[in-house]
Amino acid sequence: MNMIQAINSAMDVVMARDPDVVVMGEDVGYFGGVFRATAGLQKKYGKTRVFDTPITECGIIGVAVGMGAYGLRPVPEIQFADYIYPALDQLVSEAARLRYRSAGEFTAPITVRSPFGGGIFGGQTHSQSPEGIFTHVSGIKTVIPATPYDAKGLLIAAIEDNDPVLFFEPKRIYNGPFNGHWDRPAENWSKHPGGEVPTGYYRIPLGKAATVRAGEAVTILCYGTMVHVCAAVVAEMGVDAEILDLRTLIPLDIEAIEASVKKTGRCMIVHEATRTGGFGAELSALVQERCFYHLEAPIARVTGFDTPYPHSLEWAYFPGPVRIGQALKTLLKDA
Amino acid sequence: MAVPPEGISRANLAPLRLHVPEPKFRPGDAVDFAGVEVPPAGAQRRPDTAAPADSFHELAYTLVRVLDDEGRAVGPWDPRLSPDALRRMLRHMVLLRAFDERMFRAQRQGKTSFYMKALGEEAVAVAAAHALDYEDMCFPSYRQQGLLIARDWPLVDMMNQIYSNSADRLGGKQLPIMYSAKEAGFFSISGNLTTQYPQAVGWAMASAAKGDTRIAAVWCGEGSTAEGDFHSACTFAAVYRAPVVMNVVNNQWAISSFSGFAGAEATTFAARAIGYGIAGLRVDGNDALAVYAATQWAAERARTNQGATLIEHFTYRTEGHSTSDDPTQYRSAGEPTAWPLGDPIRRLKDHLIALGEWDEERHVTQDREVAEEVRAAQKAAEANGILGHGLHQPLDSLFDGVFEEMPWHLREQRQQMLDEEEASGRPWARK
Repeated sequence: MNMIQAINSAMDVVMARDPDVVVMGEDVGYFGGVFRATAGLQKKYGKTRVFDTPITECGIIGVAVGMGAYGLRPVPEIQFADYIYPALDQLVSEAARLRYRSAGEFTAPITVRSPFGGGIFGGQTHSQSPEGIFTHVSGIKTVIPATPYDAKGLLIAAIEDNDPVLFFEPKRIYNGPFNGHWDRPAENWSKHPGGEVPTGYYRIPLGKAATVRAGEAVTILCYGTMVHVCAAVVAEMGVDAEILDLRTLIPLDIEAIEASVKKTGRCMIVHEATRTGGFGAELSALVQERCFYHLEAPIARVTGFDTPYPHSLEWAYFPGPVRIGQALKTLLKDA
Repeated sequence: MAVPPEGISRANLAPLRLHVPEPKFRPGDAVDFAGVEVPPAGAQRRPDTAAPADSFHELAYTLVRVLDDEGRAVGPWDPRLSPDALRRMLRHMVLLRAFDERMFRAQRQGKTSFYMKALGEEAVAVAAAHALDYEDMCFPSYRQQGLLIARDWPLVDMMNQIYSNSADRLGGKQLPIMYSAKEAGFFSISGNLTTQYPQAVGWAMASAAKGDTRIAAVWCGEGSTAEGDFHSACTFAAVYRAPVVMNVVNNQWAISSFSGFAGAEATTFAARAIGYGIAGLRVDGNDALAVYAATQWAAERARTNQGATLIEHFTYRTEGHSTSDDPTQYRSAGEPTAWPLGDPIRRLKDHLIALGEWDEERHVTQDREVAEEVRAAQKAAEANGILGHGLHQPLDSLFDGVFEEMPWHLREQRQQMLDEEEASGRPWARK
């Protein structure tokens, strides 16, 4: 399966088990979503469980919160993460706080699915990575898968979770893993172990990182598309790096991070989002607070730049093999 | 540099002007509400609840009224309530006013941080609650405490919340008056304006999708119809024919901004419904029977799958916006008394007296009983503590309810806070 199929399969499996799960969003019904992630679901589960919505993100999330308060488990889709901002207030002030402010009387068990990240020539409005905005908010979970297997298991866990979850789907790797070299042919999930996806029900718990590759020389913390780019760079350079795919940013698997950095003594953080105030800054602070006496070099951050995502200069913006490789060399120079 | 094509010049045009709305009266001005159109009671037709929404547009531009100046109930909107039902409604309105008065004073006495009265708007929430089923879910804004009063929710529970005391079911985590009472069909209040609108529509859609029979009702002020959420909610309500009653309480003032800043100079708030193709009604919000009748009519439409109704309650906010507001700074002192629709409690009382079902003596007795009920409730609530008398909740409860299960970072922060507390040796420490 590719990641789209795995995501589709997750919704299918959960909808079959729980009649309270509903899927909603622009174009998700009859058409099955612009990325086909919801294809076939309306036909199978009917129009009252899988339906198209007006183009109003604050409406989609506000309505989902109300449906969640009623007792359903809505899975709203925001077609591109760049368009989540009109819904920001409903997510930040409403969904995230409903349990806290009502002492548990009302909750918003919603899972907002949204394709995010660049590398598809999407320009400024189809490429952003807004996860850092939401990890700053109390009461909302943020999940980002890097393989079809994880996407399915994590999405099932997210939908079954009783807290609001943002599920950001790295659209650059919807169809296959990506080594960061935009001019080389794309790979296919069929040759990747993460592309082996069971058709039935399984969950991957939120808050557990995956060790993509064990190593001794340096710890690389990454998620989403960057997991594949980092793996490719490490293989090309022949570095003995340990790569952690964080999978969930909130809650974060701090134990795995701490254990790995203490073992390797070096830490590199890679994300596609802009640098300043990004989630990498939080990771860096946590590693510094917890592993300072084990560190043999300054923590390195490799990120997108603090600019909007430029259409024609996309590959200059993208944290690709060159930027990651140089940072890795600097980090390992005294090793 | 680009040159405009020959013959195209703007030299002769008069300069544009920006229109900034201004209310008719400011502090010091004499008030004359002659410009407020008040049609006679009973003059408006009452369409069948199955009538299509586009067949009664005129009802969005007038004022549905039932009680006339002599206290008689007239016209097709008269809900023909029994004297007992009318007396129950009156008692709830009186109770709401007494509750407000007492809690307003409690705030002034420093017993809590904040309060908001519904003075002059008692009919809007109380009469609506009487017309809805107890099982229906209400999504209030912050001035619909009358819903809880009318649903006989314990006053002590409301006061515990206002005092953030040890019996506050919300654990002191919400601003006073931001109640939540799921059992009473009262959704948790947000301070962010109109966010409850799409939520109510979503709740109603869920109810419809599940084949339930319950409907949702939602309230916002006229000022906050300017929020995007209001319009998103109207779109959703129209598209899916959601079983929801959408109330706009037009009390003329959004803190110090008069209704003109939400578009009242251009059209009515009920007329917003027309553009969405949903039913729109404009009612005399100081007429409890009109509010009841409109709500009952809209609820029946919702319950029979005719979709949403938008009701504008034309009323007046007699008090300030909140205890933090001073209305003498921005509006004429004469406005509340000159308001042409009168006082909702007096109008309902006059009606019952005109029916021979009530009298001044009984009213005075009831006032005394209600005042005693509120006083007793206050005493009971204050026995659980008041805000400002130290901490009432266990300190570590601060971290409860962010998530269903507490993640490590919150557990760590909680421990840090408790260690801090230990080190400080503060006498009021509670764990």
